[in-house]
Amino acid sequence: MSLKDKDIISILDFTKEEILYILEISGKMEKEDRHGILSGKILANLFFEPSTRTRLSFEAAMKRLGGEVIGFDDLGTTSTVKGESLRDSVKIIEGYCDIIVLRHFLEGASRLTADSVNIPVINAGDGASQHPTQTFVDLYTIQKSKGEIENLSIGFLGDLKYGRTAHSLAYALAHFNADMYFISPPSLRMPKDYLEELELKKVSFQEVNSISEVSDKLDILYCTRIQKERFAEPVEYEKVRGLYKLSKSVMDELNVKDGLKILHPLPRVDEMDESLDSTEYAVYFQQAHSGVPVREALLASVLGVIQ
Amino acid sequence: MKKLEVSAIEEGTVIDQIANKSTFKVANILNIQKIEQVVLIGFNLSSKKLGKKGIIKIGGKLLTQEEVNKISLIAPDATVNIIKGSEVVKKFTVDIPDSIEEFMKCFNPNCVSNHQKILSRFHVINKNPIRIRCHYCERHMCVDDIELV
Ligand SMILES: [Zn+2]
Repeated sequence: MSLKDKDIISILDFTKEEILYILEISGKMEKEDRHGILSGKILANLFFEPSTRTRLSFEAAMKRLGGEVIGFDDLGTTSTVKGESLRDSVKIIEGYCDIIVLRHFLEGASRLTADSVNIPVINAGDGASQHPTQTFVDLYTIQKSKGEIENLSIGFLGDLKYGRTAHSLAYALAHFNADMYFISPPSLRMPKDYLEELELKKVSFQEVNSISEVSDKLDILYCTRIQKERFAEPVEYEKVRGLYKLSKSVMDELNVKDGLKILHPLPRVDEMDESLDSTEYAVYFQQAHSGVPVREALLASVLGVIQ
Repeated sequence: MKKLEVSAIEEGTVIDQIANKSTFKVANILNIQKIEQVVLIGFNLSSKKLGKKGIIKIGGKLLTQEEVNKISLIAPDATVNIIKGSEVVKKFTVDIPDSIEEFMKCFNPNCVSNHQKILSRFHVINKNPIRIRCHYCERHMCVDDIELV
């Protein structure tokens, strides 16, 4: 398989085989030192919206493979403030580099970029829609901690309305015969678009209000940040906060399946207590560290040095 | 020839089985106010299939493919009859295209297509009921979200 010149914009663009291939290469990247395979290549990190962690993980991945990085992370220093179109900006930058990583505040900006240039483009998050590289990191962590991705029961917990990482992960897991449980307060349910798309893909899913209703079924619990401000009434938040705030004692009280693993895209605020960190459930720091080998795999694959 | 409820035209196009509420939207798409020949619009007509329906008859006009595509989005049950010498010489149903360019607006205010000078683009992911996904932001639209431009 070759992913040379493929853009990484949305998880919907990937077949099951391509996903598994990327995870396989990610495993190799983590085990073996591949320094130098991208020497002479230049990555342009175009961050029209700041996101230090994502930007640094791409930079680390590129440098570990021997490549160079250029870019910006501050809108104020770019020509867009002078009214230049995004398409013109990226067409010019295309001449300076071999691959573009784009973060933008407008939804669909990375698709527009990919349609405008002839080098590969990686979406590092645009607006509220997709963040596909995070999804590969999530899948890699699931595969590593459970030994496989097929036939798992996955609970998605928290703010499923705005949590884009949960949206893309649900799409990806649709390829792997997953049973999905969407655990959220009614006001923060998964948007109907995503449920429709899952229905079209014939995925089995269920929406519930609390984790205790399904905890005995779950192999994976994918936690997302839940913010007090998302609730119209503070009273509503107070009613549900206990249900969505995980800690060691909450887990001790729940009837959970053996081997349950908890993922979280981080950063967390107060939805996961630190008492959870030392339990066997917690794999979220491993998940964060997987960001570099997975992004190495993506860069090397689309630049065609691994096939 | 079946007798029509709204009086016949000799040459032109009859668009029948328009979902009642979409009748005037279809009329707008066809820019009827600029047509110099006879235009007849029927509204609240009875239909076995739709309950109530609209009909538009336009003298001397043949629809373009783009017009047919637009009609298919807001009146997917519509049929188009081409009339010559007062007879129906061709009859077809509108067919929703697999992709749509230019004539629709994405309803997501934060979509890049609403902020940059680019043509909008959509993919039809389901035809009945209609579900359209924006090429750029991937948001889904159903028939009520569709805004033609
Ligand atoms: Zn859009």
